[in-house]
Amino acid sequence: MDKLIKLFEDVARLWSKYSSFYLDGMKNTLILALVATAIGCVIGLVCGVLNTIPYSKNDNIIKRFFLALIRVLVRIYVEVFRGTPMVLQAVFIFYGLPYFTDNAMRFDDLWTAAILIVSINTGAYMAESVRGGIISIDPGQTEGAKAIGMTHVQTMTNVILPQALRNIMPQIGNNFIINVKDTSVMFIIGFTEFFAFHRYITGVNMLYFPSAAIEMIGYLTMTLLASFLLRWVEKLMDGSSSYELVQVDSLTMSAGNYSHPGKPFAEQNKEKKHLFRGRKRGEQDE
Amino acid sequence: MSEQILEVKHLSKNFGKNQVLKDIDFTVNKGDTISIIGASGSGKSTLLRCINLLETPTAGEIWYRGKNVADRKVKAHEYRSHVGMVFQSFNLFNNLTVLENCIVGQRKVLKKSKQEAKETAMYYLDKVGMAPYINARPRQLSGGQKQRVAIARALAMNPEVLLFDEPTSALDPEMVGEVLAVMQQLAQEGMTMLVVTHEMAFARDVSSRVVYMNDGVICEQGSPADVFGNPQKQETKDFLARFRNT
Repeated sequence: MDKLIKLFEDVARLWSKYSSFYLDGMKNTLILALVATAIGCVIGLVCGVLNTIPYSKNDNIIKRFFLALIRVLVRIYVEVFRGTPMVLQAVFIFYGLPYFTDNAMRFDDLWTAAILIVSINTGAYMAESVRGGIISIDPGQTEGAKAIGMTHVQTMTNVILPQALRNIMPQIGNNFIINVKDTSVMFIIGFTEFFAFHRYITGVNMLYFPSAAIEMIGYLTMTLLASFLLRWVEKLMDGSSSYELVQVDSLTMSAGNYSHPGKPFAEQNKEKKHLFRGRKRGEQDE
Repeated sequence: MSEQILEVKHLSKNFGKNQVLKDIDFTVNKGDTISIIGASGSGKSTLLRCINLLETPTAGEIWYRGKNVADRKVKAHEYRSHVGMVFQSFNLFNNLTVLENCIVGQRKVLKKSKQEAKETAMYYLDKVGMAPYINARPRQLSGGQKQRVAIARALAMNPEVLLFDEPTSALDPEMVGEVLAVMQQLAQEGMTMLVVTHEMAFARDVSSRVVYMNDGVICEQGSPADVFGNPQKQETKDFLARFRNT
């Protein structure tokens, strides 16, 4: 119990002194994760879509060659960036570019470097998710679209991708949450995200455990918030679970239910209105 | 003679070593309602899918308006917009509402205005009795309702021929009637239709021509009265006898 009280005291002390650092770190972490996930999704979407363009033996050789080439390139990209640790990729790219170009190309801005590295990494995972999302859609959907004369692009944009994107939403959320946590390795290139401040603060006062407690709570808050938001977005995408019956459709309305104001037809009008109401309330007609 | 719309010449289709269609010759005239009957695996659906180029024919020609559409140079999607297709499993777009299902093709393929597309869609949805359900999504409809929407979607493209690939085979028995009624009405209005079906009553009563397929070839064809009343080939007799027994 004493220990817990002491922990609370230490946490409170740290927080009162360094809260602006922690909050700043959280802000940086969230921005980096959000931007990099978004860019990663775009990269993944492009790779996934390019990767699933169908081709058959009947297509001409140039088209087949290019599509095969694209598939190989995407495959290499995915395998390399999915198969190596992000912390190493960060070092590799951040120090590798100036090394190879004799400092002609280097990152003056840590944000650019961090966003680039995390985006490329996310894109590799998303490429596979998008591909999976596209091939998981029932082939009947494609056939239905083709049967009314849609081209491959039209089929993709109007029918397949909206459904595929809905299906990979949990995967996008997964990647975002992973990014919130895994951007912590960006301290290696000096990027000041949430975890980097932990290293900085504990370097000054040695309160490792209380600071780690703050970090744990901070990360958990961010990821729980993200989970909650993602569920909400998914619900929005699903649309309403019920639908309105349109009892009287617009075409019959325009001609049939007009009642002329005026005396001679007063009686008739009443009757018509009555009929109309009865029809609206009654069951839908065949 | 009525105008000829489609002519299939020497059509063959192989799946690997398995020859599913063997040298099929076949014509469709305007206003025809042709029922294609035959046992499962006899190549009925494959014939229909070849006509719509959903399967690429291995050999042979399909002539439509003076063009051989089986030729690689012809753009398949352009041709398909003139040939509607209704599938066994409906294939409505799950991400769109009933109305949007009937509009999207008109907007994107035929480039119609929003208003015009909506009016056409409403006209055909009303015709199949689905106008009250325009805001529903496919997952909220019964099988029969889905199929009626699928028919409206095909009709909204104003096709010259409508292909039906076993439109009632995936339906519960009590829903078969509503779909067949719509099809019968279309036939009476002079729509050119090609129907692969196991509904022998429909083939007998509604169609103008019956085609019996067996083992990848057209075994016998003629008026319903001839094929059902006086079949010439032994295979046809056996097939029809089997149907009467069940």
